[in-house]
Amino acid sequence: MSDTATSAVDIKAQSRGQNLRFYGIWVIAAIVLIVLPMIFSSGGSLTSFSLIGISIIFALSYNILLGQTGLLSFGHAVHYGLGGFLAIHAMNAVIARGWSIPLPLIPLVGGVGGLAIAIVVGWVITKRAGTVFAMISLGIGELVASSSLILRSVFGGESGVTTNRTDLPQVFGWNFGPQIQIYYLIAFWLMISAIAMYALTRTPLGRICNAVRDNPERVEFIGYDPHVVRYLAYCFAGFFAGIAGGLSAINFEIANSAYLGAVQSGIVLFATFIGGTAYFFGPILGAILVTYLQLGLTSVTTVWQLYFGVIFIGIVMFAPGGIAGLLMMHRPLVRAGSLGLMIPAYLIALVPTVALACGVILAIEIIARQHLPADAQIINLLGIPFSATSPATWLTSVILIVGGYFVARLTWQRIADAWDRATTIARDRGYLA
Amino acid sequence: MSAAIEVQAVEKRFGNVRIIQDLNLSVAKGERHAVIGPNGAGKSTTFNLISGHIAPTSGEIRLNGEVISGLRPFEINRRGLSRSFQVTNVFARMTVWENVRCAVLWATGHRYAFWKNVDELPEVRRRTAEILEDIHLFHRRDIPAGLLTYAEQRELEIGITIAGGADVILLDEPTAGMSHAETERAVALIRRLTEGRTLVIVEHDMSVVFGLADRISVLVYGRVIASGTPEEIRGNPKVKEAYLGEEAH
Amino acid sequence: MLELIVISTLNGVLFGMLLFLLSSGLTVIFSMMGVLNFAHASFYMLGAFFGYQLTRWIGFWPALIIAPLLVGVVGMAVERYGLRATHKHGHVAELLLTFGLAFAIEEIVSMIWGKSPMDYRVPALLDFPAFTIFSTNYPAYKLFMLTVSVLIFLALLVVLKRTRIGLIVQAALTHPNMVAHLGHNVGRIFMLVFGVGSALAGVAGVIAGPALVTQSDMAALLGPILFVVIVFGGLGSLPGAFIASLVIGLVQTFAVALNGSLASAFGPLDPSLGPSVLSDIWNVTIAQIAPILPYVLLVLILIVRPLGLMGTRET
Ligand SMILES: Nc1ncnc2c1ncn2[C@@H]1O[C@H](COP(=O)(O)OP(=O)(O)O)[C@@H](O)[C@H]1O
Ligand SMILES: [Mg+2]
Repeated sequence: MSDTATSAVDIKAQSRGQNLRFYGIWVIAAIVLIVLPMIFSSGGSLTSFSLIGISIIFALSYNILLGQTGLLSFGHAVHYGLGGFLAIHAMNAVIARGWSIPLPLIPLVGGVGGLAIAIVVGWVITKRAGTVFAMISLGIGELVASSSLILRSVFGGESGVTTNRTDLPQVFGWNFGPQIQIYYLIAFWLMISAIAMYALTRTPLGRICNAVRDNPERVEFIGYDPHVVRYLAYCFAGFFAGIAGGLSAINFEIANSAYLGAVQSGIVLFATFIGGTAYFFGPILGAILVTYLQLGLTSVTTVWQLYFGVIFIGIVMFAPGGIAGLLMMHRPLVRAGSLGLMIPAYLIALVPTVALACGVILAIEIIARQHLPADAQIINLLGIPFSATSPATWLTSVILIVGGYFVARLTWQRIADAWDRATTIARDRGYLA
Repeated sequence: MSAAIEVQAVEKRFGNVRIIQDLNLSVAKGERHAVIGPNGAGKSTTFNLISGHIAPTSGEIRLNGEVISGLRPFEINRRGLSRSFQVTNVFARMTVWENVRCAVLWATGHRYAFWKNVDELPEVRRRTAEILEDIHLFHRRDIPAGLLTYAEQRELEIGITIAGGADVILLDEPTAGMSHAETERAVALIRRLTEGRTLVIVEHDMSVVFGLADRISVLVYGRVIASGTPEEIRGNPKVKEAYLGEEAH
Repeated sequence: MLELIVISTLNGVLFGMLLFLLSSGLTVIFSMMGVLNFAHASFYMLGAFFGYQLTRWIGFWPALIIAPLLVGVVGMAVERYGLRATHKHGHVAELLLTFGLAFAIEEIVSMIWGKSPMDYRVPALLDFPAFTIFSTNYPAYKLFMLTVSVLIFLALLVVLKRTRIGLIVQAALTHPNMVAHLGHNVGRIFMLVFGVGSALAGVAGVIAGPALVTQSDMAALLGPILFVVIVFGGLGSLPGAFIASLVIGLVQTFAVALNGSLASAFGPLDPSLGPSVLSDIWNVTIAQIAPILPYVLLVLILIVRPLGLMGTRET
């Protein structure tokens, strides 16, 4: 590569090409969002899509902190929740005062709410990074959550504050009663927010956030105050989380203290991390998966949160790059054409691994059902009914776990070997550093 | 005209241990100044003091006549002083290109801007490309800095240091651990890049020091025992005894 | 009033000592391994539940010994098979691992024991009032708790000052980088320290279980306060953790005991506000704000002293 002479031009051309691909992706995303409800038009899927859209915005906002700036927050729901409450109060005020603010602008109010609290508490929180930041964010989260129960007139106590979104001024004849209209409202704000957050990663501030994540000490010697950088990142994260909260308030027509609690903060952390923090699309994958699991699992098991915990622990230990990281690991292999080596290994490993997982699921479900009434003692796994009280189920579970584990270990070794061969090829062909 | 760097009666203690005592150092504008001394003499600590990484226990440090002791590193950097680190200190997960570009951003006035596309800043792009070519890393620009070879990381370290265009450059053992050929290349690079600027360099390789420096200060046990031109230092009996003697075995 | 002060001081010191049983282990683990163990309060909960279960099977006194040992074993397993594998991914990953564990442990506990409070009783031997001051009977069990925590506190002091491992721990507290030079048995030392820290949390759980509520949310309730304690005291400082434990213990106990509100103190001046934020604040009792006081203290200390009360470490 002796392209030094044409360097600047070359870079420019390269970024042009990237730009084209970049706009292409956004156009496709917009088309998908528009077409999606036409294909899956049931009420259930519209509700799911709406929830997923909100959690994508929320998870992306969280990744401004975790992935971009290296800040692990345990209290991000504060911004989501306060955004939601401000949105609800704004809606009620619009209705009461007869202001001519239409519903589609309300998420912006939520964003302002999330931003406002970030501006106020952010300066203290972002003084320190690392573990201390994590603990302070947890403390602030608890502080706000507990305070919300005391300030009943603002937060409505346990029951929360409600509103009626159809009473707001209408635009283009939409009253935003039907879920499909809410879906399109969420999809609209999802596009705007995602583009804005992506753009943020490509600004000077966005890049310096990455630098602060990698090496805050060094940043001080290239002219930047890491505290200011963290603070600005925190404010942006708060703003977009507030938009998500505002959308949630519109979607449910209620805001309550669960919006800003520790569980909400934990779930967004799970979603972002499981999806993968190193790539912009990681949190999107994570939000889709976690929301989907949340909706799907709650109807089939009482211990869905345990499955979350287990998945999360597995990701932390074995794939800290999350799903996006796992996917992107294969990119050089695709380019080098050596992915084919991996596929048989994966397919072979799939069988015992699934067996192992089924054994674990069976064991968990048996234990989980001991407090449940007799009519809840049937475990339906892959279409096969198991009785939670029968010893045969226990036996099946043990056999699956033990047998699955020993066979799976062999196949995992096969994957590791195949991986070595595939990456060696990729390296030889120059697709891997 | 005031000196570029003026260190006056600076003392630094860690707990009860006095690592730097009564340190006085003056570096004129445009001068290439080498700081030499045995390991543990306090050379890196001196750099840490000047660049604001740590605050002196007492004494005063001036940059172009202005008192900078007590300021934070970024405040000092904005006043035109930049330093490198003895132990490579880059942005490991970011590409080489991003590493240098981040170091260019403040100086080109883009600061904390969140309304500009960083890829569409011609001045930034030009300077980044220039510096990458200078440090021979342009062809490696898309590699994460953490994956570079050791010598390449040392060059990147220099690149990040000079990228902001500071007038006063502090380099802490830039050639440590390099092979002979790599050292020669790095020295040529340093000579070229610091043309017209003030350079303070910590260096163990005496051929480099005597080839490059206009003036030399010798630091032993946290004190400057001698300061002068290479000839003066070569002839100084105290230096011979305390330092060069040990070098020469 | 005097009665309230005496009783609350006793209770506050007791709560503080319990907090210190937890925060001391957490601090030592953090100093040596750089990991803030988010699951530390979960070990406390495990102690309470193991204590409850073993008490039903074999009685309280054997449980008092065995339950903490079990918790210690769980802790060592977590270090050996979890943290050690995660170490290469950095401290954030380690913190996240313990966060996931805390989440999973809570779910597992409520899966096995259900979500309602356990009937974990004070042992008959200690179920009598120790003394009566003014009109309040002070339960013997609370004195027992106090004695146990003070004894452990003293034992810890002796271990720290007199044993080899204690010296290593002390050195690690002041020179965190030193731990890396311990050589080949560093893994064993980490596992041991983690095990002992968890076991201490387990002891706290076993003895606190009968006096407080043994329920699957007890870790989630105590955890955040525990982190306030160690950040407030200064991360990595044992004396800091001790002072902070007592301060938070006393503050919370007194706040819960005091029933006053602005309204009751300045009743006649009631500005007769409608239902508004101000009236909320006017009418809230000190007992109601007790849960948020630790966090208020946390924010205040960070504004005044960003490193915490006695902290010296930046990270
Ligand atoms: N932060 C610190 N705390 C305690 N001692 C330090 C610290 N930084 C440096 N020292 C000590 O100061 C002395 C000088 O170190 P340094 O400046 O790195 O020497 P040099 O760069 O000349 O080899 C060494 O003995 C070192 O151990
Ligand atoms: Mg040095």
